[in-house]
Amino acid sequence: MDRLTYIIVAVAAYLILAPLAGGLLAGVDRRITARMQGRVGPPILQPFYDVFKLFEKEGITVNKVQDFYIQCFLIFIVITGCFFFAGGDLLLIIFTLTLASIFLIVAAFSSNSPYAQIGAERELLQMMAYEPMVLITAIGFYLVYGTFNISDVVAGGGPAIVYLPGIFIGFVYILTIKLRKSPFDLSMSHHGHQELVKGLTTEFSGKTLALIEIAHWYENIFLMGFVYLFFAWSAPWSPILAVLICCIIYFLEIFIDNNEARVKWQLAINTSWIAAATLGFVNMLVLYFIVF
Amino acid sequence: MSTLFFLILFPLVVALALLVLKTDMARGVLVKAAAAVIAAGSVYLAWQYFGSNGDYFKFEGEYVTYIMMGLEIAIAGFIFVLGIKYKKYLASVLVAIQAPIMVWFELNVGHTIEVQSDLFIDKFSIIMALIIGVIGSLICVYALGYMKDFQHHHHDQKDRRPLFFFLLFLFLSAMFGIVFSNNLVWLYFFWEITTLCSFLLIGFTKTQEATNNAFRAIVMNLLGGFGFVLAIVYMGVTYQTIELNQLLAIGMMGYSVVIPAALLAFAGITKAAQMPFSSWLLGAMVAPTPVSALLHSSTMVKAGVYLIVKLAPVLGINPAGIMVMMVGGITFLLASFIAISQSNAKRVLAYSTVANLGLIVACAGIGTAAAVWAAIMLIIFHAVAKSLLFLCVGTAEHNIGSRDIEDMDGLFSRMPRVAIYMVVGICGMFLAPFGMLISKWAAMKAFVDSGNILLVMFIVFGSAATLFFWTKWLGKIMAIMARQENIESKVHTEEIFVLTTLAALTVLVCLMFPVLSAFVIVPYLTAVYATVSALAISSGNMYIMAAMLALIILLIIIGYGKTNKKIVPIYMAGVNTGDDLSYNGSIGQTVSVSLRNWYMESYFGEKKMNVIGNISTVAIMVGVFSLILGGVL
Repeated sequence: MDRLTYIIVAVAAYLILAPLAGGLLAGVDRRITARMQGRVGPPILQPFYDVFKLFEKEGITVNKVQDFYIQCFLIFIVITGCFFFAGGDLLLIIFTLTLASIFLIVAAFSSNSPYAQIGAERELLQMMAYEPMVLITAIGFYLVYGTFNISDVVAGGGPAIVYLPGIFIGFVYILTIKLRKSPFDLSMSHHGHQELVKGLTTEFSGKTLALIEIAHWYENIFLMGFVYLFFAWSAPWSPILAVLICCIIYFLEIFIDNNEARVKWQLAINTSWIAAATLGFVNMLVLYFIVF
Repeated sequence: MSTLFFLILFPLVVALALLVLKTDMARGVLVKAAAAVIAAGSVYLAWQYFGSNGDYFKFEGEYVTYIMMGLEIAIAGFIFVLGIKYKKYLASVLVAIQAPIMVWFELNVGHTIEVQSDLFIDKFSIIMALIIGVIGSLICVYALGYMKDFQHHHHDQKDRRPLFFFLLFLFLSAMFGIVFSNNLVWLYFFWEITTLCSFLLIGFTKTQEATNNAFRAIVMNLLGGFGFVLAIVYMGVTYQTIELNQLLAIGMMGYSVVIPAALLAFAGITKAAQMPFSSWLLGAMVAPTPVSALLHSSTMVKAGVYLIVKLAPVLGINPAGIMVMMVGGITFLLASFIAISQSNAKRVLAYSTVANLGLIVACAGIGTAAAVWAAIMLIIFHAVAKSLLFLCVGTAEHNIGSRDIEDMDGLFSRMPRVAIYMVVGICGMFLAPFGMLISKWAAMKAFVDSGNILLVMFIVFGSAATLFFWTKWLGKIMAIMARQENIESKVHTEEIFVLTTLAALTVLVCLMFPVLSAFVIVPYLTAVYATVSALAISSGNMYIMAAMLALIILLIIIGYGKTNKKIVPIYMAGVNTGDDLSYNGSIGQTVSVSLRNWYMESYFGEKKMNVIGNISTVAIMVGVFSLILGGVL
């Protein structure tokens, strides 16, 4: 299969399968969460039912522009994922993801609502907390494989985790923020009891809220793709191992989510930056000794 | 060569004419016409020398050197007297040391050295000339409207606008001189003129604060000038040359030029307001806003980074290179942190300038072709976006009466056009797919390749901070507030014209940058480095970026601000009174809501960060210079 055909197939598969897989993942998540809390939990397909219902709600909005920003948010999250699964440049992917997140934040700011703005500022803080570690992760792959291109990373001679154990731990740490799991679900939370009204999403409703939910499905699959990268190499059975690890990591995140209460923002930024400055730094230092 | 002379001398003639013109009308006509001529002149220059890979010109006539020397003595005397008059003796002492050295050098050593070429032009100077000629003259046009308001606000004071415009155009003339000079004595002459212009412009309002800040600026820049003088003397005595291209050639042949490179880089560091010298640029904020825009985008600080980027081939892994990259890296990180803690828009912009210059300086310090590519891109994008932002803040300030970001709540509803331009500028400064981010991306890759892991840490944390302070500002102005009066009609037409042009330029440069890279920057790098291996960003990714920008523009055209949904008031903790700013609380009282941004003073306090930055950069410079001197002695 030549490169172009591969890209077309990968992008098409991501566009169609990612929301399905992401929705299912959310359904499983809710079910496991319920079991951990001693409840039965909703059907696995409940996230889909919720989104379909949101689409049928009456269309109301607080201004003329926020829907536009949310649509852009979704579009650029999808583009990010497409770049990723087409085997693009890791830094390009990170910057596109940043652009998408800025659209979400601006959407919340534009409402001029106190609760949405608090959510937006906390979201921004979270971005500042995880950004260094995400960039260090990309740089780590570059140091190991000499390229930022994902297509070359997955075709490498051995799994990256061997060279990047510190960076992997650091990445999983900030993954809690990215997956919006407690204790770092500061800007928007699935746990109603620890949320300020509805955080970032206070002023979104109906279709717009549904779009945010779909964007998260896309985003979660793409984030799991990041975890996958650490365990994928040219061996034919490595995808099975990598997907298995993704499942374990996601389960770990659910476990943390249900065992931790939301913390203050100071803890989120302090620990994330310390993780980046120690785990990331030391890991890179060791790599430099190997590379240079 | 005549175009070069024209660009240096024409602004000078205009400047002198503006000094004697007293009426608004005449000044307006002359400034607009001169700006158009200078802009057209720099475009013509670009067209004329587009095919060249560096042309050098010899200038016959030693009298020019003596005229320059005479003027230098006059300037030195002027500063000396002012220093005594205002009891700022350090400034007087500095000129009293460096002017005699320069005169001694020229009379004893300088005239024995045969100068091959005084002036030159290559693709990098073309880029600089375009920045000075187009953006610099746009700022001068903007200043017309702004200074009318300024005089109106300060009507009790004497109208000193002739002096103001004289200095602006003199500044442009000196900047052209800097980017066209190959003879370092000439370069030094123009360098000192920019120091003098910035000194007089910062002190323009003549308040106590302005005077103090002006003297701080001149002391720091004279310190750098002193380094420059030492570099010239050392070069003249040791290598028998005072030409920039000769210095680079000697260095690239493998001989050590660490001493003059470090001294010149030091001069560049002071002018580019790197730590520990960043405070002069912050102090420069007391001047009228067009001055800030000029200092930050197309003149002064750009002269500093220009010189350091020119030196890049002889920097790299040597004491001079390490000094430059570490000072730049530390400045980038800490200035980005400080910007978070600021609420005054001009100070945020100033710290962001310091940070971005730090990035440029660090790239030049690394000295590889890929790093210099990033540095030149940063210079271009920064010049356009930063001038736009300063001028937007200036216009907003004159109309809403504040330059505090907290007062820019809902600017989108009050001054939609200015707000949109401000958004373009802000996005241009940090967000994909706009230009600055592309250069930051390239810089990051160059840092990783250089093997300097500390620099890598600086850039990843610095980028996170950059993201934070720009987005929180963006959020403030993007907030849509109900029932706001549109006050935009009071803005001068000159101001709107300049803002529109700059906003269009910002977008255009971002759309066109792959072309810019392929036809201007890569040829320049090929001429300098002989071989240019893979660029930091593949051309495929460059076109993806440009395509993403096109997509955003398309999306805005198709869908922005269109909705057929019912518009409802926002949620508040009680019944919204309807204006989205207050609600009915318990026991019938009306509670108003106000929103404030995050400044994280305990993390990123200005004082603390400046102390850390100043101590570490001073330690690095002292260390490097003692190392170099230790090698000599």
